[in-house]
Amino acid sequence: MADATQVTTVRQSALGLMPASHRIGFVVLFGLLLAAPFLGFYPVFVMKIMCFALFACAFNLLLGYGGLLSFGHAAFFGGAAYVSAHAAKAWGFTPELAVLLGTATGAALGLVIGFFAIRRSGIYMTMITLAFAQMVFFFSLQAPFTGGEDGIQAVPRRFLFGVFDISSDFRFYFFVLAIFAIGMLLIHRIIHSPFGQVMKAIRENEPRSVSLGYQVPRYKLALFTMSAALAGTAGATKALVFQLASLTDVHWSMSGEVVLMALLGGVGTIFGPVVGAAVIVAMQNYFASFGAWVTVLQGVIFVLGVLLFREGIIGVIGKWLKKPL
Amino acid sequence: MFELLGIPPQALFGQLLLGLINGSFYAILSLGLAVIFGLLNIINFAHGALYMMGAFVAWMLLNYLGLNYWWALVLAPVIVGGIGIVIERTMLFRLYKLDHLYGLLLTFGLALIFQGLLRNGYGISGLPYSIPPQLSGGQNLGFMFLPNYRAWVVVASLVVCFGTWYMIEKTRLGAYLRAATENPTLVGAFGLNVPLMITLTYGFGVALAAFAGVLAAPIYSLNPNMGADLIIVVFAVVVIGGMGSIMGSIVTGFGLGLVEGLTKVFYPEAASVVIFVIMAIVLLLKPAGLFGRAV
Repeated sequence: MADATQVTTVRQSALGLMPASHRIGFVVLFGLLLAAPFLGFYPVFVMKIMCFALFACAFNLLLGYGGLLSFGHAAFFGGAAYVSAHAAKAWGFTPELAVLLGTATGAALGLVIGFFAIRRSGIYMTMITLAFAQMVFFFSLQAPFTGGEDGIQAVPRRFLFGVFDISSDFRFYFFVLAIFAIGMLLIHRIIHSPFGQVMKAIRENEPRSVSLGYQVPRYKLALFTMSAALAGTAGATKALVFQLASLTDVHWSMSGEVVLMALLGGVGTIFGPVVGAAVIVAMQNYFASFGAWVTVLQGVIFVLGVLLFREGIIGVIGKWLKKPL
Repeated sequence: MFELLGIPPQALFGQLLLGLINGSFYAILSLGLAVIFGLLNIINFAHGALYMMGAFVAWMLLNYLGLNYWWALVLAPVIVGGIGIVIERTMLFRLYKLDHLYGLLLTFGLALIFQGLLRNGYGISGLPYSIPPQLSGGQNLGFMFLPNYRAWVVVASLVVCFGTWYMIEKTRLGAYLRAATENPTLVGAFGLNVPLMITLTYGFGVALAAFAGVLAAPIYSLNPNMGADLIIVVFAVVVIGGMGSIMGSIVTGFGLGLVEGLTKVFYPEAASVVIFVIMAIVLLLKPAGLFGRAV
């Protein structure tokens, strides 16, 4: 999706400091999120936004910086949600361990599915990820520990590190914020590392990258696994926030939603998926009473986004400001 | 009664027939996807939704206009094909110069719109559509009972599939189409109206999906989500078969339907995923697909 992303001509200092626009962006974002629960925002709502924002950023890592469109990210998100929910409920895992285990689940699934998916490119790869995600869905439907249609309910929020009581929504909020911040900064780091630069080169011109001696399949698989791992982090956190892991998390429509969030916010931007996730989550929240009209509206946003608005919200703002965002 | 490997023959042949029927839908849908992809370079994610629309248009024709199954079999593909032509002329043609992924995203959005609208209108509990009286009942073949309607579905699908194959591979029109797939600029330079061919091709591919939808209406209950799950399996079928060959799509579609039916008999737990497992194996051994050209 080369034309959706501006060529980043970011001059980085030798110390690897991030460009000023990113630094300001992160300060504003984290500042707002730190203040949100004190300004009267409902913590669960903002936590939901953070989970989906991290999910969308993880997805965007793959599409925006590797040019690989996955339509199966629900498998990593939902798979991790199930495993961490089960670990917290049945095995007594503390929140941080449950999230780590969820991340590992996402990474493991990503490694396996990615191994098959990157054997083809372009549209075929997309269809393969969708098919494997459907396999994970059927597994979740039938496996004994997932609770079938009911999902895993009443997942406990245990003490952080086994010591601190963070079970109230207000305290748990800061745990989620910490995970979100670590995830975002990690994604930023990956994108601006030498590895990230090679991925961009592969996205722009794969044959040339091959001729330069890069092991393109290994790079793609590594990026796929990282993206899946971070999607797993988001799914595991979401399971603890709602104390629920269900079939919705692994359904293909979840894969579609994350694509929509990234597309709406701006593919290939750092902050775009966050904005996209916030808009979509807010829309689902406020329009919940309209039932299936939300699906119609999402479809309309997809169509308009592709036809008229391919840079996304943050992509357009970045163009105005002439700054990478 | 004799038994095969401990399976009663009624169950075995019953599932094989069901597999053959699913296979017909896989074949018609993957055929349409392949024809559309060949000329438009777009993977039509809305294909499942348009298959569902075919079934719903048949239901509407019956319940609002009193037109029976046979009218629906002709009119529903025409109506849905017309919708397809409008979609192509107003939206898809803007994407031809862009990355293929945008076509996928746009058609996914369209699928959401169709599903959402029909879910608002008709709910998700499923609507009944009865088998036309001429095809009710069945034949006792001795080893199994063959419902007439199911036999008709298989025969009609085979006729449509091979008709399409004949048209594309053996007629002059098909030759133009194949030429335009290889090199649209050159074909345009010879004075053929390539944009018109593209529009009609999309309309035709979509009409095929609607035709499959009408065939499916009396077998499965009508549900706005009926196409969504099917299209994912069809994508796997397309990955297995490769989109390079029409005959490849037909053979893969029917073959995988049969394999799925057999799995239902011998290892029912795996029936919903067997096609995905086959896809993984094919990707390991022959990444370009059974009939595909390397992409």
